[in-house]
Amino acid sequence: MTLFFPERVPIKRAMSVLTGLGARLGAIFNSEGRGPWGGRGSGGSNGNSSGGGGDDDGPKNPWSQPPRKRPSGGQTGPTALDDLLKRGRSQWGGSDGRGPNLPTFGGRPIWFWAIIILVLLWLFFTSFHLIGPQERGVLTRFGNYQGTFEPGVSLSWPAPIDRVQVIDVDNIRTIDIGGGGENAENRVLTGDQNIVDLAYQIRWNIKEPQNYLFQISDPDTTIREVAESAMRAVMARITLDEAIGSGRAEAEQRVQVLMQELLDGYGAGVLVQGVAIEEADPPAAVEEAFREVSAAQQTAQTYLNDARAFAQQLTAQAQGEAAAFTRVYEEYRLAPEVTRRRMYYETMEQVLGRVNITIVENDGVTTYLPLQEVQRQARQQATPAPQTGETP
Amino acid sequence: MSIVSRVARNPIAYGILAVVVLVGIFSTLSIVPETRQAVIVRFGQPDRIVNRYEPGVPFGSGSAGLMAHIPFVEQVVWIDRRIQNVEMERQQVLSTDQLRLQVDAFARYRIVDPLQMYISARTEERVSEALRPILASSLRNELGRRPFAALLSPERGQVMDNIQESLNLAARQYGAEIVDVRIKRADLPEGQPLESAYERMRSARRQEALTIRAQGAKQAQIIRAEAEAEAARTYAEAFGADPDFYDFYRAMISYRSTFGVTGNNADQGEAAIVMSPDNEYLRQFRGQR
Repeated sequence: MTLFFPERVPIKRAMSVLTGLGARLGAIFNSEGRGPWGGRGSGGSNGNSSGGGGDDDGPKNPWSQPPRKRPSGGQTGPTALDDLLKRGRSQWGGSDGRGPNLPTFGGRPIWFWAIIILVLLWLFFTSFHLIGPQERGVLTRFGNYQGTFEPGVSLSWPAPIDRVQVIDVDNIRTIDIGGGGENAENRVLTGDQNIVDLAYQIRWNIKEPQNYLFQISDPDTTIREVAESAMRAVMARITLDEAIGSGRAEAEQRVQVLMQELLDGYGAGVLVQGVAIEEADPPAAVEEAFREVSAAQQTAQTYLNDARAFAQQLTAQAQGEAAAFTRVYEEYRLAPEVTRRRMYYETMEQVLGRVNITIVENDGVTTYLPLQEVQRQARQQATPAPQTGETP
Repeated sequence: MSIVSRVARNPIAYGILAVVVLVGIFSTLSIVPETRQAVIVRFGQPDRIVNRYEPGVPFGSGSAGLMAHIPFVEQVVWIDRRIQNVEMERQQVLSTDQLRLQVDAFARYRIVDPLQMYISARTEERVSEALRPILASSLRNELGRRPFAALLSPERGQVMDNIQESLNLAARQYGAEIVDVRIKRADLPEGQPLESAYERMRSARRQEALTIRAQGAKQAQIIRAEAEAEAARTYAEAFGADPDFYDFYRAMISYRSTFGVTGNNADQGEAAIVMSPDNEYLRQFRGQR
């Protein structure tokens, strides 16, 4: 192509081309405005310097001064001009002999070299591709997919022919769905027709960069939609209780598998790394009822705890009493009559020592006396005096 | 030197020539990327297709790349080769059991017959626009024939397949093929349906709460009864050794307790006992032999 400017063009030749170009420009100018230069040429000289200034870096007005490089030329302005013209015409004629002799004027080589450097840079930057360790380069030649560059330095044709799209494949991208705040509940229907408020995150990266680039018109949106669809499909198979509690991990797993299936079906070139359910709560509107359940669980637990405490107490008491009886009984068996009597008297001592005892000889009559009433009245009258009325 | 110097001497002419050549190249050659298919139209008549989508053909083996066509005579129409997305607006669907549901669905399609698509729709947008109402109506039809619960069951896959089938019929007229139809969201509409669903959830929870409480109480009672039974057995095992002595022993404990010796009911010490001299306790008191 024309852009392929050979690097090996001899420098001198290139310079001569450029100087020749400058001379030609001067010639054109000259042929147009010959008149003013014939005289003093104040305006003309200005015009000339602007027109051909590029080829002359020395004097500002080359026609009023003797050219250093060409001593054979005329001394006066018009003569120098003629010489320039001649030079220009000879260049037009295509005599090569003069080229090497011509001086290298300042302006042209600079922009010439600039172009060379730009072309080289262009070649360099569009032919060498440095692919990072987490990246892949997708090579297309005139749009046709040619292959994928692995990490490292790769070489391709320069830009208009080959194009390399570098894609970060290992970078794990995340998509967050739900969890937008109070008003943005992500309500999902569960299998038992309940509603759960879900927030989850999808982590994915690129498996096949060429598929990612060429297969789907908007891969990111597609992944998001597939995620939503898969999550709802999975949630529709499980109950609310599972969604909130025990079934979460399994649901995540199933969403991941389903998503991967769908995306592979599209040939999306995407690998779903994982699905994480961040929140699975009942909707705010029914949260109170859910709290009631956990309160009920606490209450039930309290009942159980109380009952267990009572049971412990009762059992321990029974064991204690039984043990006490067994001990006493063991002793009793050694001397039954004596022990029995001793216990009887001891108990009676303690009992009767604190009660009022009335012994009635003839129980036929006295039982009807309101003895207790009498005693009580007596005691009340005597209060707070010591109870003298008591008789053993 | 010769070419270069010729160019240098006659730059305008060569410049014009270069421009003409470049324009010629650019209007003749086109780059067909992997993501597009090209329909070449000659005088308004579709002539050939470049880089047409063929299922199963990997990237790089298609006819993507440089393509030549006659400038001004042939026109290139670009058609996307990738999978396209058509999203349906929210639809309210009434199931057979008269439950309202708001459904978001999407379909994915690919233009597999660019010629047909060019003739019938011209642009991808118009294909999407044409498919959108069809998707909505077939969704309504299909879901309207089923109870609400079917949407939340494995039967849902069947529903989707039916929708895809009917949508595919329509899509074929536009040279498109439906890759997938999926329900994105299926929600109860705001207001009364949502509220009643909430109320149902609440009542279910209340029921659960009551059940849990009752179960707790039941368990507690069982625990108590078991403890009592255990205690009774312990007592029986011990006291069963000598019922007669137990009677005596227990009576003694009972007397002490009742008459306030062991208990702390000190103010009840005003109990009065009327004893007959024949009382066992007074046997010695009478000096009997």
